[in-house]
Amino acid sequence: MAPHDFTPLLYLGAYPLPLSLPVMGTRICAGFPSPADDFMDGDLDLSRYLAPNRPATFFWRVQGHSMVDAGIYNGDLVVVDRSVKPFDGCAVVAVIDGETSLKVYRTSPRPHLGFANTSFPLLVIDDAQDVAIWGVVTWTIHRPQKP
Amino acid sequence: MKPIFALSDGNSFYCSCERIFAPHLATRPVIVLSNNDGCAVARTPEAKALGIKMGDPYFKIRDLCRRHNVAVFSSNYAFYGDISRRMNELYHRFAPDVEVYSIDESFLDFTGLNGGDYAGLARMLRATVLREVGIPTCVGIGHSKTLAKLANKIAKTHAELGGVCDLTDDAIRERYLPGTPVEDLWGVGRASLAKLAGVGITTVGQLRALDPKKARALLTVVGERMVLELNGTACLTLESVPAQLQGTAVTRSFGRPVTRLAEIEEAVAAYATRAAEKLRRSRLAAVHGYVFLHTNKHNGDAWRHASKPLSFLEPTDDTHELIHAATDAIRRAWAEGFRYAKAGIVLTELVPLTHVQTSLLAVIDRDQRKRLMTALDDINARFGRHTLVPAAAGLRRTWSTKFDRKSPAYTTRWDQLPTVTA
Repeated sequence: MAPHDFTPLLYLGAYPLPLSLPVMGTRICAGFPSPADDFMDGDLDLSRYLAPNRPATFFWRVQGHSMVDAGIYNGDLVVVDRSVKPFDGCAVVAVIDGETSLKVYRTSPRPHLGFANTSFPLLVIDDAQDVAIWGVVTWTIHRPQKP
Repeated sequence: MKPIFALSDGNSFYCSCERIFAPHLATRPVIVLSNNDGCAVARTPEAKALGIKMGDPYFKIRDLCRRHNVAVFSSNYAFYGDISRRMNELYHRFAPDVEVYSIDESFLDFTGLNGGDYAGLARMLRATVLREVGIPTCVGIGHSKTLAKLANKIAKTHAELGGVCDLTDDAIRERYLPGTPVEDLWGVGRASLAKLAGVGITTVGQLRALDPKKARALLTVVGERMVLELNGTACLTLESVPAQLQGTAVTRSFGRPVTRLAEIEEAVAAYATRAAEKLRRSRLAAVHGYVFLHTNKHNGDAWRHASKPLSFLEPTDDTHELIHAATDAIRRAWAEGFRYAKAGIVLTELVPLTHVQTSLLAVIDRDQRKRLMTALDDINARFGRHTLVPAAAGLRRTWSTKFDRKSPAYTTRWDQLPTVTA
């Protein structure tokens, strides 16, 4: 290893505070340190990636086939973030007359819900029905096949 | 600058938790029962309107519930605890300091926030908790914890306030505070109420006007502090760091009367297991405590209560040591011929693990035991409570507490996630 690969400790004093240091990945030993040690990023935390807003994120298990065109299949796990504002084309956990179901949310010509399966009939909700959005699906966890 | 305290709490908290994953219950009366499905401990306004009181024994209101289609749940503490954790995580987005006061109440430090518009901040907080976690709340604001707590109570009972009562607002304070009865105050018990009534004080307005010295003469230093706090002088501060566990207890009512020593031993061993887990999580060790058992005082069974002390030569957090001592003690407390309703283990003196001194008479290989306990806790954390239990704590648990109407652990167990139809 070339000498310039080491960061001389003296230089640290020249940086403006605060200075955060990466967590060392290998044990300090008498031999050569790993050249990767100064470049450690830490673990990739999948739960932080899938649920950036933890308090508002809930998991639901999917039962049924009405959302297959949106890539959501029977038995999948959906990650639902209640803090996300529904947007055109997103999948939502909807509450229709007190019952929860997965639907596609559309904004035009006016906000409405639909199935995502062309073999299903058109979803008809009349004005007398009570409709609310419980949360927006931000991810689906799908297992391609059982091992 | 005078400190500003906010107290946020969940409305009919346990019931509101149940409604998150059961939106069809949004307008139906809901109640949650205590351990063993004993009595109502949480009620929605719809249930209160039916005349169901806090603490009503379930057997007395069962018919009423059936007639009025009341949704009845057993307590689901794992679930409520997770929802509580989510609410507190959100609170930290709004306030730099949060004191978790109970499972559904937290004090927040609002001092100097939002340009002094505390009610506006509270309304934002309420809307966010409702939107993101699904729990309706009320927020009380004041210059002291006592005032914040009282403001919360006022917000709950006056619908026109929209769930927020800011007692730092002069107009609001003078409108709502004086007429509020003193029994709505935090920490005023029956004895204090009687003393206050004796000198003609029944409202918060009257108590607030009392000379703090006189309050001290009447109700000790607690009374003096209350008067000061009511006048906007904060005597209590926010305790965002939880106080160190002074003692701990695991006690439960049995699902049915227990008449066999073997079953009591099994129950007490299970409680000792749980107590040891609590100790290890808090990094504490037990020095003294006791076990007890008693019959039911209210159902006509012969009354018997007995307890035996526990003492440890060396402070311990070891499951097996606790089980051994606890079962030994409960055998000595036992008498044949009674129908026992409840038993428990209470650890009264704890010391931080770092202060533990090794006895000269040590007979146990501490290191080996420590590794065993760590392995036990790791496995139970990974695969769920009760994956690995000492055999003494029983496998069948015939004495176990009843939770007949418990909802799933929606948010804490993979195998119990809510299902959504697609």
